[in-house]
Amino acid sequence: MKQIICIVLMLTGSTLVAQNKNAKGSMEVDGVCMMCKSRIEKACLNTKGVKYAQWNVDTHQLSVIYDERKTNLEAIESRILAAGHDTKNAKATDEAYAKVHDCCKYREQVVHDAHDMHKE
Amino acid sequence: MKILYYIILLLPSIIYSQEKISGMIMEANEKNEPIGLAGANVYWLDTEIGTVTDIDGGFNLSYDPKFKKLVISYVGFKTDTLTVSNPNQPIRHWLRPTDNLDEVTVTTRKPSTARSYLKAQNIINVNSDELLKAACCNLSESFETNPSIDVNFADAISGTRQIKMLGLTSPYILIATENIPSIRGASQAYGLSFIPGTWVESIQITKGAGSVVNGYESIAGQINAELLKPSKDAKLFVNLYGATNERLELNTHLNTSVGSKWHSGLYLHGSTLNQKHDVNHDNFMDMPMYDQINVLNRWQYTDTENGFVSFLSLKFLNDTKQTGELNFNPDTDKLTTNAWGSEIDTKRFEISGKFGYVNPNIPWQSLGIQTAYSSHEQNSYFGLNIYDITHHSLYANAIYNSIISDSRHKIKTGLSYTYDYYDEFVNTLDFKRNENSVGAFFEYSYDNLELLNLTAGVRVDHHNLLGNFITPRLHVRYSPWRKSAFRASFGRGKRSANIFAENQQLFATSRAINIIGSSGSIYGLHPEIAWNYGMSYLQGFNLFGRKGDITFDFYKTDFVDQVVVDWENPQEINFYNLEGKSFANSFQTEVNYNPFEYFDLRMAYKYYDVKTDYNSGRRARPLTPKHRFFANASYKTELREGKQGRWKFDATFNWLGEQRFASTQANPVSYQLPDYSPTVATLNAQITKVFSSKFEIYLGGENMTNVKQNNPILGADDPFGANFDSTFVFGPIFGSMYYAGLRFRIE
Repeated sequence: MKQIICIVLMLTGSTLVAQNKNAKGSMEVDGVCMMCKSRIEKACLNTKGVKYAQWNVDTHQLSVIYDERKTNLEAIESRILAAGHDTKNAKATDEAYAKVHDCCKYREQVVHDAHDMHKE
Repeated sequence: MKILYYIILLLPSIIYSQEKISGMIMEANEKNEPIGLAGANVYWLDTEIGTVTDIDGGFNLSYDPKFKKLVISYVGFKTDTLTVSNPNQPIRHWLRPTDNLDEVTVTTRKPSTARSYLKAQNIINVNSDELLKAACCNLSESFETNPSIDVNFADAISGTRQIKMLGLTSPYILIATENIPSIRGASQAYGLSFIPGTWVESIQITKGAGSVVNGYESIAGQINAELLKPSKDAKLFVNLYGATNERLELNTHLNTSVGSKWHSGLYLHGSTLNQKHDVNHDNFMDMPMYDQINVLNRWQYTDTENGFVSFLSLKFLNDTKQTGELNFNPDTDKLTTNAWGSEIDTKRFEISGKFGYVNPNIPWQSLGIQTAYSSHEQNSYFGLNIYDITHHSLYANAIYNSIISDSRHKIKTGLSYTYDYYDEFVNTLDFKRNENSVGAFFEYSYDNLELLNLTAGVRVDHHNLLGNFITPRLHVRYSPWRKSAFRASFGRGKRSANIFAENQQLFATSRAINIIGSSGSIYGLHPEIAWNYGMSYLQGFNLFGRKGDITFDFYKTDFVDQVVVDWENPQEINFYNLEGKSFANSFQTEVNYNPFEYFDLRMAYKYYDVKTDYNSGRRARPLTPKHRFFANASYKTELREGKQGRWKFDATFNWLGEQRFASTQANPVSYQLPDYSPTVATLNAQITKVFSSKFEIYLGGENMTNVKQNNPILGADDPFGANFDSTFVFGPIFGSMYYAGLRFRIE
């Protein structure tokens, strides 16, 4: 009897957890230009299970849709950090940041100003 | 041990027994009205658990007792942090705009014509600003400031300007309105003049084979005209145009919303020209007199929350033209030899429905269904030649969009159905035919988000007269360095040639019509099949600190089979299937440069080598210049702080090299033409004064240097004689023409 209860409870447990094939998530990622955009989105999409990634240059907001059975936001975030982009919660390592193209050095104000000039 | 069991069992429920909090984020306002703020970020401090508010500002967020601080942020607003003590109480919070920050306006100027650096296909997008550069009265005239499309000079009979792309005439271009093939079959000859310029929101020109989604017929390229959307267009728009040749046009748009989800638009167009002109004194009118009434009613249904968009459009057209000798009176002289005259009456009715669904949760998944029915009736005579055509057409296309694994791999797949009924009456002969086809297509696009993308498509069609066939098409784009795009494409196209509808100018000649061939299924002829190959290179640059770009395009069209239109015997027009080779090679180089603020310069050189093996040997296609030069300059005055008024200046120069005349060797000497036409250069210019966003006036001139072809009609002195021919038009017939107009809008 106990075993049956066990199984039933386990099953209910797993149905409750029914993981979403198209889970949505968002986070703030630092960057400055369209090149950053493609780098950030590529880093996300290169994570197995990520289906869709859209980063907004102006708001720095990244939206992702991913398969929860295969990945999670932490994994995606670590990919972004590895690509050299800071997130709201964590900073990319200096090594990773060093790999970012010169025009994308978003930590420097000069680069931001250059891009703003460009917009005008 | 037992305890451990229970703990394990309880674990999932503990982890997943998340509570939720809900709430609404609003924009602070004086009256404290609940104006929802869409897209605001809501997240728990120092966690990754967050969400974005929906269109009404609402949100749902998982809650855990250890979460205390809720952060709400949005660009342009002060970020707030709330302490949540009672998760059961919905959160209502007003965000205040950041007051120390002046409103940021980004003033990147979008070019009015732009080639994409990113798409696999060679697409030139023309927006409404570009369309205003010439007071284009209809779609055929709106290509005048675009070097990728060549606009021919109107002949004296139809008064309609034909377009060419890659050296090939418009039947080889798939012309669609909102992705529904529309200018085909019976409307091929005059269809472009049946779409008023003010109705057009933007135009996309694809050079080369193009996508397989819209059918198998395109050979040289595709042109898609997006019409105005009732939800976006002004509430009221009026455009009035008058020209020195007494052409008058009136366009009125009325748009209104019905409820929150329905929008309706009523677009009225009337144009008229009722004055006989004969500047070259050949006793023939230089352009037809005409009246056109064109009505479009659109209904748009938008439900962004659930991802639905639908359009229902009804269109009605009535067009009458009269041309010929000045003394021709249709009431007494119709179909007699009293005087040579022609009348063309067209009635057309169209209904189209579009239905689109985008899954609001999964942005890559969408479904589109397009259906259209049109009925086209043209009754006409040209001297003693009678030509009547009735064409009923049905089109249905269903497209499903999705991705494979992730959004870098996109697919489009679907089914299409077409039905065409033609009934043509040519002098004494009646030609009737039914065409129907069922097809399936699949298109795969890959985009690595940086250097490379490609679109590979294939469709399989079953057609009652063209048989079963496969249409493959491929487009690749590669950008090895900054601001560059190398493109390559190839594709196949197949179509049935509507020999009379596409070559209606033949009726305004005394040529005998011969169709040589009997084994084929369309007028005894076989369908046309061609392969198109293209290479293109686009490079953006900065010169003296100003932006520009340069393009090189090579395209080659190779006909496997073609219905050859042979004008080489001046007494006859012969239609037969190609034996030997027929090709169109084209090269175009185009430079766009912005030498100083608000001044844009565009220059293009085009080279065409278009040849066909006629029965009499390989010759260049008649009236297709080998060399063309194009230049367009436009300047706008600066928009002053707080003022809406400005001036706009535009000028377009076109130069055409010599054009080959179809042979007239067999004619008596007095009716013979040289082998080649002289070169032609024309200049158009327009000035627009914008008074405000509501009102502007424009003044312009076409062919301002008053270039004229003096004898456009061969044998004009004896129109019922053996040598009458009005098809040798290589330049403007009517000299310079000036126009003025106004535009008025209420948003």
